[in-house]
Amino acid sequence: MSVPSRKILEVPVADGENERYSLRMGPQHPATHGVLRVDLDLDGETIMRCTPQVGYLHRGFEKLAENRTYAQALILTDRLDYIGAMANNVGYCVAVERLLGISVPMRAKYIRTIAAEMSRLSSHLLWLATHALDVGAMTVFLYCFREREILLDLFEELCGARLTYSYPRIGGVRQDVTSRFVDELGRFIDIFPSRIEEYETLIDTNRIWLKRTVGVGKLSGAEALALGITGACLRGSGVDYDLRKHQPYDAYDQVDFEVPLGSDGDVYARYRCRMEEMHQSIRIIRQCLDQLPPGPIIGPDAPDLIMANRAPARMAAGSNRYGGGLIQLIRDQDLFPSGDIYVATEVPKGELGFYFISEGSNRPYRMHIRSPSFMHISALAVVARGGLIADLIANIGSLDVVLGESDR
Amino acid sequence: MGEVTVPSMVRLEEGVRWIPGANALLGPLNKLVNWGRAGSIWPVTFGLACCAIEMMDAGASTNDLDRFGILFRASPRQGDCLVVAGTVSKKMAPVLRRVYDQMPEPRYVLAMGSCACSGGVFDTYAVTQGVDQIMPVDVYVPGCPPRPEALMEGFIKLQEKILKEQFRWSQWR
Repeated sequence: MSVPSRKILEVPVADGENERYSLRMGPQHPATHGVLRVDLDLDGETIMRCTPQVGYLHRGFEKLAENRTYAQALILTDRLDYIGAMANNVGYCVAVERLLGISVPMRAKYIRTIAAEMSRLSSHLLWLATHALDVGAMTVFLYCFREREILLDLFEELCGARLTYSYPRIGGVRQDVTSRFVDELGRFIDIFPSRIEEYETLIDTNRIWLKRTVGVGKLSGAEALALGITGACLRGSGVDYDLRKHQPYDAYDQVDFEVPLGSDGDVYARYRCRMEEMHQSIRIIRQCLDQLPPGPIIGPDAPDLIMANRAPARMAAGSNRYGGGLIQLIRDQDLFPSGDIYVATEVPKGELGFYFISEGSNRPYRMHIRSPSFMHISALAVVARGGLIADLIANIGSLDVVLGESDR
Repeated sequence: MGEVTVPSMVRLEEGVRWIPGANALLGPLNKLVNWGRAGSIWPVTFGLACCAIEMMDAGASTNDLDRFGILFRASPRQGDCLVVAGTVSKKMAPVLRRVYDQMPEPRYVLAMGSCACSGGVFDTYAVTQGVDQIMPVDVYVPGCPPRPEALMEGFIKLQEKILKEQFRWSQWR
């Protein structure tokens, strides 16, 4: 296979005193968190223009979902934001349940909330690990992965998978929690706050960390809202917006937690927000474990994996007068409602929305995913402008983008 | 002083022996070269999708890949092995091939995960159905994603393969 040669570094154009040149960063770059390509127009080391290029991980999720039943398309959501896959699963299930009008038992709601918050913890740990690694702190990476491994073991105890869970089901969850899982998770949330303090002692007041993060990548609340940023990035700019609080789903209305807010809107504020969120996640998990009600884990009207498109017509023996030996008692009818719906949930990255158009069949006519990472990448152009190349790395890390979700 | 000890040799690999007192290795050149290569596989970090997270996990504190002499390098110029961790989309395929072409020989490719092996669940218009369509692959590690232990097993298989090499690089000797 021949590869067309491509200009990596364009010839500098003399512009008075300065030399402007353009640089393509990525898609193979260790600090782009996957396969992001950023086209940079530089004046010395200052970024004059930053154009993110996405699509290197486009896999056609939305098209694939059109050819699967709602229950079968669940496994695709694992691979969207693969760092916090459980939160995606939960978000998808909540959306389909609201579309099809399926009720979820209380125990399943609590288990899902626990699982989603564990997912938030593991996502934030990986974010901190890679963000700190990009900025230059190797130890934090190793420390974070130590705790993340415990979390992944807990996930394995819960559902047998480490990364791609497909654990929630439409109308409940796949299997009940074991007593061992509850004990181990209780032990983990007891030790975890001290581990967060450990990370904080490493970087919170570290001079290098502060110089790399404070005042870098500033984003005001109004700007962030205009760019469609959600999640911790928006809250770091001081906008109080958390779907868990303001549009509760699952068991979030049963538990008490705070939405941590920053004010400066810089990389450091987003870092502080996510660290506080980890504390709040522990709080939610602890309350859910305490309140975990008994009962079924999947609702009676939860669909099968192969969802029947139509209820079979019921026939009965009739007279010959009307021409047939059988008459229909109940005509075959659509089991699924038509229409469209947009349901958003708060995943670790921000607001993950699913937009379905249903035309009364067992598979969506159209599924659109509103992914937070896509919005965050588009915000990179604004955040990085006027900064240095080194700060771009800090910005990419701090916006917490996952390309699987962005490119879909 | 005065007494000459007979050096007892320690067998490191098949055909490679270490003489501790003399601080020397003894063996046929191809075996020595293979032993050296197998013990210092430096993969290029090429995280594409979900599998990259498990690859990072394999390199992090719990499953320490450094034990195998495996250090991740960020540049293809310093890499021996390309771990294709994740889905290769059609947009990414030329980039991947370019990175592969930039690597110095001998180079090895480890396809990690179902997507890199065969396309996995993503049988769509946008995804390359297996990385072996664009470059030769030495080891396939199936799984979606494979566990870090599976990746380690893949690396051990690659080491076994390197140790058995006879004629591939013979023109250099």
